[in-house]
Amino acid sequence: MSRINDVGGMAGFPAITEEPDEPPFHADWEAHVLALNGALIRRGVYNLDEFRDAIERMPPQEYLAASYYERWFTAIVTLLAEKGVATPEDLATPEELEVPGA
Amino acid sequence: MSGTHVGSPIAARVRHVEALLEHRGLLDDGEIDRRIDEFLAGGSPANGARVTARAWVDPGFAERLLADANGAIRELGLSMSGGLQEQRLKVVANTEAEHNVVVCTLCSCYPIALLGPSPGWYKSEAYRSRVVRDPRGVLREFGLQLPGTTRISVWDASAESRYMVLPRRPAGTERLGEEELAGLVTRKGLIGTAAV
Repeated sequence: MSRINDVGGMAGFPAITEEPDEPPFHADWEAHVLALNGALIRRGVYNLDEFRDAIERMPPQEYLAASYYERWFTAIVTLLAEKGVATPEDLATPEELEVPGA
Repeated sequence: MSGTHVGSPIAARVRHVEALLEHRGLLDDGEIDRRIDEFLAGGSPANGARVTARAWVDPGFAERLLADANGAIRELGLSMSGGLQEQRLKVVANTEAEHNVVVCTLCSCYPIALLGPSPGWYKSEAYRSRVVRDPRGVLREFGLQLPGTTRISVWDASAESRYMVLPRRPAGTERLGEEELAGLVTRKGLIGTAAV
């Protein structure tokens, strides 16, 4: 069974766009997410395959709406909760916890 | 798609998780900054260009590179083991009859040690979905018009296996030295979305 990340050959995506002089990261938080993931894998909190799996099992609509490093961050938070490192409440910012219905 | 949400609190969320992990002893002081620096220093298309130029001037090296790329790049002080795990590298050579292009349809696997951080388009659903279905059309959009007689092979990278394209040496470069030749090679040439 294929998951939403398995897009090879899928029709309907837009034209390919190149960004001239593209920086490696578009914001500091993206670099922090990359480093955070490396640190957690090195410490054995989870492994690379678990990380990929956590991205690939995102709900399709969330996967498609997220940017590359937003997907990484989603996977990190998912795994930290699943591994019992922190509760979802610990992982949320106070602002997120205040959102009605969240 | 793949856009940044305006007003998104994601930077604050990342800071929050980072602070939490520091507090719980899962991150050392300065570790994040050190890892970012290491990543940015860890690879560059200049490495892939150096490998390519050596292959152009040294047929013995080219042969070793195509047979066992992991071993051959070690001759130039390069390695595929700088990341979280050693990755198998396969170098695929363009010829008059065949052009190669690399993709990771599932996500973004890429030989960072030889090419540096990957461009956004490489990670986009647009490239990943289309280059396997219509490689000739996609290459045309990149400005690479190949003769109809040229066969195109698309290599789909995976978690354990990475690919780099060895572009064809441009005509009229017989007098150039290795360093000058390396200067002709681009990141897109090494992915296969440009001729060199």
